[in-house]
Amino acid sequence: MQRHRNGRTAWLIGLVLSGCLISSMAMAGDAAGSDSAPAFSNKLLLTGGVSQVEGSAGGGLTPWAVIGGYGTSDEIGANAFITHINLPDYHVNEAGAMVGLYNRVEVSFAQQRFDTEQVGAALGLGRGFTFKQNIIGVKVRLAGDAVLDQDSWMPQISIGVQHKKNNQAAVLAFVGAKSDQGTDYYVSATKLFLSQSLLVNATVRFTKANQIGILGFGGDKNNSYKPEFEGSVAYLLSRNWAVGAEYRQKPNNLGIAKEDDWYDAFVAWAPTKHVSLTLAYADLGNIVIKDHQRGLYASVQVGF
Amino acid sequence: MFKYSLHAAVMAMAMLFTQAAMAQNAVPMPEQSAAMAASAPRDPALRPVFDQFGGKPGLVTLMDDFMVNLMADARTRPYFADTDREHIKLELVDQFCVILDGPCTYTGKDMERVHRNLGINRAAFNALVEDLQKAMDKNKVPFRAQNKLLAKLAPMHPVVITK
Repeated sequence: MQRHRNGRTAWLIGLVLSGCLISSMAMAGDAAGSDSAPAFSNKLLLTGGVSQVEGSAGGGLTPWAVIGGYGTSDEIGANAFITHINLPDYHVNEAGAMVGLYNRVEVSFAQQRFDTEQVGAALGLGRGFTFKQNIIGVKVRLAGDAVLDQDSWMPQISIGVQHKKNNQAAVLAFVGAKSDQGTDYYVSATKLFLSQSLLVNATVRFTKANQIGILGFGGDKNNSYKPEFEGSVAYLLSRNWAVGAEYRQKPNNLGIAKEDDWYDAFVAWAPTKHVSLTLAYADLGNIVIKDHQRGLYASVQVGF
Repeated sequence: MFKYSLHAAVMAMAMLFTQAAMAQNAVPMPEQSAAMAASAPRDPALRPVFDQFGGKPGLVTLMDDFMVNLMADARTRPYFADTDREHIKLELVDQFCVILDGPCTYTGKDMERVHRNLGINRAAFNALVEDLQKAMDKNKVPFRAQNKLLAKLAPMHPVVITK
């Protein structure tokens, strides 16, 4: 157990260090290359968001209407990310990548590994039993410009899908989930209120996912799509720093365990366009037999 | 791994929406109002921001640094290399001074006419904003004050970005 904890601490330190290393490399690159015209990455810092928990561009928990990567309408941008969520009784490792095409379409892929640690043993699944979920996402910007349209209330509006496939079909059926795969549909509106240095996002997601799909899709209590609200507020402290909070409403489809809405408070740092580091304190509530799953969310994103 | 049919449906949907959205973009921009095209309007609420910029002397220094950045930036240099840069700086000082409710008058050309034939794209526009942000940082303009000015400049994007 102790060794296990140490391993996770080391993992976190490694994540932060690698972020610092990449950012210092990127900064050196920027200093050297400031005179040459980069073909990519011409959006303004932090206006592309970071990689949210399912791999789409957004905050930590919820997708935003922004198209990921720093490409403008003539350009292609791409990002890759790793995220670690360290909870009292579980931990999550994930990695993914996205491509933003011409500030119009975003295609993303992410893999989540949800490790049940001791809970897995308690439930008879085995210690460290892990749910693995693959997510492919597509987002399309329909209208508006979150950054430039400062003389109107019109937000940037996008729609998206996230198709998810969980690898533990038998366990999911046992807990009452109706499927091991599902598709979320969402519409997001994002607006930067530049005079207030405030970015606001609202998302409505139609989903059947239990614990975002880690516990499958649909259940004994409910097996239909329900709209769930998600919101983010970010205050820009400087070009490189933002702080904010998020909320994500979730359905409650399974009889065996209640599911809580999620919250987080985050700080995001983008020393350059090539890297961002996000640290959050996340409250994920009850997950199966364990209440009060609150912990650190750390994510590093690199891109061009 | 994923059902092929679903994958195809998702991509088809995305492409459909992309085309719809692009068609929407192809609709010509409505004529900008004369007032907006000339420059951004005076905003009395921004007088405190004018002071945070160091008044008119602050704007003069800011514009010197801004032009240095623009000329050092390969993305923006082509638009300024063969221009009367001293004149542009004076016009920008007046324009920013008016927006921030300073004691100035903008007598320069309207922004639509100035930018009409330059073929500026979003990337070059964003590069210019970055260069301005760096100049404002160098002149210790508080970040919130910077954003209040940028919020007034941003609505000019339809007449500046023509490509």
